[in-house]
Amino acid sequence: MATPIIESPRSGRVAPGYSRSTPSRSNFEMIAWLFMRISGAILVVLIFVHLYVNLVAGDGISGIDFGFVAGKWASPFWQIWDLTMLWLAMLHGTNGIRVIINDYADKNSTRMWLKGVLYTSTVVIVVLGTLVIFTFDPCPVIDGVAHVADYCPTP
Amino acid sequence: MEKEPASKVELAPGVGGGGEIPTFDITLKVRRYNPEVSDEAHWDEWQLTMYGTDRVLDALHKVKWEHDGSVSFRRSCAHGVCGSDAMRINGRNRLACKTLLKDLDTSKPILVEPIKGLPVEKDLIVDMEPFFQSYREIMPFLISKGHEPAKERLQSAEERDRYDDTTKCILCAACTSSCPVFWTDGQYFGPAAIVNAHRFIFDSRDDAGDMRLEILNDKEGVWRCRTTFNCSEACPRGIQVTKAISEVKQAILTRKI
Repeated sequence: MATPIIESPRSGRVAPGYSRSTPSRSNFEMIAWLFMRISGAILVVLIFVHLYVNLVAGDGISGIDFGFVAGKWASPFWQIWDLTMLWLAMLHGTNGIRVIINDYADKNSTRMWLKGVLYTSTVVIVVLGTLVIFTFDPCPVIDGVAHVADYCPTP
Repeated sequence: MEKEPASKVELAPGVGGGGEIPTFDITLKVRRYNPEVSDEAHWDEWQLTMYGTDRVLDALHKVKWEHDGSVSFRRSCAHGVCGSDAMRINGRNRLACKTLLKDLDTSKPILVEPIKGLPVEKDLIVDMEPFFQSYREIMPFLISKGHEPAKERLQSAEERDRYDDTTKCILCAACTSSCPVFWTDGQYFGPAAIVNAHRFIFDSRDDAGDMRLEILNDKEGVWRCRTTFNCSEACPRGIQVTKAISEVKQAILTRKI
């Protein structure tokens, strides 16, 4: 007579939703984690200097107008400063939101959609911002007419 | 030769003993779930007269032995070592056998729930298999290259001290089931698996630290930790869990860079 086989109560069955998919052989999460720390530290300096120069130094908050921004972007120093700030802040923020979506979105489809919206808006803002910083022209000539502000060189 | 002390000491009447132990009344509310009866969980409550020396586990025993034998929970040693009776007591993960009733607010009902994030099987019993699966994956055993020494593997007191904190783990799952990341993402390895990996990664006698770091350098590994410190607060053995996780993060970083 065959002995009935009783399955071990600890047969190692893991409830669905708990079993990990194949291990990811990439350092992406590590690099993202490191980037958050480094960019965070740099952004503290970039943002507080930015705030001080714009809001406190010189005429302070009353000095801010189109001409003020135009004057800043005439110097390559502030162009690079603002570019670095734009890229770091956008990537830092995007990664932060990506992590929050991973933490809170339950369904795969929700997660995919939210991340799609996030990445699209990031790309649009970064590209548009970079374009503006480098192609900004404070004294444009449109249809042969120079829109001359008082700080523009008279032709 | 020195005489062995007597195995039994007769005390004079009235000597020893701490006098009468104070009693008080409590309301114990237990989260009940029985899939054979209903898919919905509900609360049951009992009024109990307990002693000042009683723990939550004693209250559960009183209920099970004197009021309702169907109340189900795990417990083995009942002295805070086996790690069987981790449960959510008044919203915090504790061991029922280490939580004295007098330390809780006995003017309000004492709420006892199963630990969160793992599938409930019945009442306070959860399916621990996902938890142990993560534990197994980090290879919680000594792996050493080279020849087996004829005597013991030597280690200095400093080397032993390096991972002393994480040797205290009793695998009760209080940390993992207190982690908000684990609540929403059951695939996360969880604090307990990382703590037990830490125990071998920083052991000077072990040679497979790199393999364990590679396993935990996963999208469900240490980078999932948000340092909320829930695990450190929940640990009944007082292990600095968040610190251990950070040390593993550091070890992965220094290995890669």
